Amino acid sequence: MLNELALKATNIVKYFYEPTKFQVLKSVSLEVPKGEFVSLVGKSGCGKSTLMYILSTMDTDYEGEISINGEKLTGKKQNFLASFRNANIGFVFQFHYLLPEFSALQNVMIPALKLAKFSKKEIEERAYQKLELLGLREQALKPASKLSGGQQQRVAIARALINDPAIIMGDEPTGNLDSVNTQNVFEIFQELTKTFKQTIIAVTHDDEFAQKSDRVIEMKDGHIV
Amino acid sequence: MRLTLQIAFTQMMARKKQTAVATLGVTFGIGMFILMVSFMTGINILLEETMLSATPHIRIYHEVKASKTSIIDEVQTGAQFMNVVHHIKPKDEKLNVKNGLMIAENLRQEPEVLGVSPQLTSQVFYNFGPIQLNGSLMGVQILEENKLFDLRSKLVAGRIEDVLASHNGLLMGVGLAKKLNMKVGDKVTISTPKGTLKLMQVVGIFKYGIGAIDDVRSYTNLPTVQKILGKDSRYVTDISLKLKDYYQAKRIAQIYEKKYEYKCEDWETANATILVSFTLRNIITYTVSITLLVVAGFGIYNIMNMTIYEKMKDIAILKAMGFAGGDVREIFLIQALTIGFMGAATGLMLGFILSVWVGTIPFDSGGFLAMNTFPINYDIRYYIIGFVFSILTTFLAGLFPSIRASKIDPIQILRG
Repeated sequence: MLNELALKATNIVKYFYEPTKFQVLKSVSLEVPKGEFVSLVGKSGCGKSTLMYILSTMDTDYEGEISINGEKLTGKKQNFLASFRNANIGFVFQFHYLLPEFSALQNVMIPALKLAKFSKKEIEERAYQKLELLGLREQALKPASKLSGGQQQRVAIARALINDPAIIMGDEPTGNLDSVNTQNVFEIFQELTKTFKQTIIAVTHDDEFAQKSDRVIEMKDGHIV
Repeated sequence: MRLTLQIAFTQMMARKKQTAVATLGVTFGIGMFILMVSFMTGINILLEETMLSATPHIRIYHEVKASKTSIIDEVQTGAQFMNVVHHIKPKDEKLNVKNGLMIAENLRQEPEVLGVSPQLTSQVFYNFGPIQLNGSLMGVQILEENKLFDLRSKLVAGRIEDVLASHNGLLMGVGLAKKLNMKVGDKVTISTPKGTLKLMQVVGIFKYGIGAIDDVRSYTNLPTVQKILGKDSRYVTDISLKLKDYYQAKRIAQIYEKKYEYKCEDWETANATILVSFTLRNIITYTVSITLLVVAGFGIYNIMNMTIYEKMKDIAILKAMGFAGGDVREIFLIQALTIGFMGAATGLMLGFILSVWVGTIPFDSGGFLAMNTFPINYDIRYYIIGFVFSILTTFLAGLFPSIRASKIDPIQILRG
């Protein structure tokens, strides 16, 4: 099972056109087997966030080929990719990016309501479980805008987990967290990969966090080192 | 509840003030539309009714024309002649409709005709002490005339039966009676263009609410006028007709004109200037109303655009989490349509309340029109038009911003 690939990227090339044409990614190839916890490190500007957005299917303006769970995603329609993301990819942004008008609970529930695999009652139950996992049960009904930065970040992680995605991607998921919560999140991630065979790819600047993960991929000037 | 619906409503509830402002824009637009249309059509209907109350739908009379050809053209024909006759005058024709009473009888049998009244009108002078007032005397079969124009309801004094009871009884217009200082029972001497004099007695006073009639006209029995003018008992000059459907008047008038070979004038032709003013008023009403609605629509467009600009990040997040462009478009269209729906509902209510209020404002038309307050026309059709139009405007106003929202690229925004 461990050899089955969760993600495969071949010869990814990406240009930025503004202000001038600039090659960010120079033929990056990457394979991540299922259940692996991968950290992506490198100096800022080396293209790791850009790679991340391409891998997450949000950015479609690239050359090369990407498949997730054996399904080729390059060249697919936006709407297909959107529903694919909804079901298979959980994304944690550098900033929390919650919907401020909604409660923490609703924020976590929205992707699941969109997927509509479970009834609303079950989804609510599951959302509470995820929030509990991140120590946020008491904050569930507060509006997202009333939570602290760390709490918001953890709600965003809970939101990424709600649909039990095959791959969880994080752009510095623990960037805004204190050491206790960073540790907590790390353990949750590890648990997810070990027990549930979910794959995690996280961009990080936290060396300690990176060292503890299964594999560290270092990037430099658009290459994988 | 659908997820997009829930997101749309939650966002709107979080921005109550903005939502209220956008809704109020539609409310005022629709409210003013309803008020304007109700008021304007109310006036038009009142004027039309007033006009029709005194106008026959079709009037048949003998039109005196100068003949186009002179007798010499009949005698000297051929290419070798060139006849020039200057200023041909009409022959001394009788003004009457020949066989008028028979034609009237005939018309009564037609299925589309409601009533027929043969008339004989003469210009007369009303002698008031040393002054003579110009006017007209209309000889009618008073009960037929009553059937056509509901004379009984127009009487301010006296009874129409009293006209039948005496050979010189007279129903006088209210304006004329005032000028002559006449009350019921008073007597007046009239003189005809031929110079005959006749003493008449006022037995009733009527009021149409149209100065052109009330100030000049009197009614009396048909034989009385025939006698004054020295004509026989079959002599009539006009036949007035009322139809069951007065919008058919133009068509029917043409048929009768062919059939009886007399001039048949329908009410629309006779009152063309008034009808043109109705049309112009309608155009103004609709122009102003549509402008109001378009302005309201632009208000919504602006607010939706601003909202989408503010919500750019949220849209990107929704898309990152797997919402398709269509879902995002749906969210913003729901918001626009909700504003349109609420605005339409409150606007129709506002319009109705304002109409009722305007309908109670007293207005003195100087006795020219039968009205005490502003006329309002409550027609459900205008409410439906207002509702449909507001939904349509808000839909269009929301459509373009929401299409823009659906095309937002999440990456560009999230990369920051």
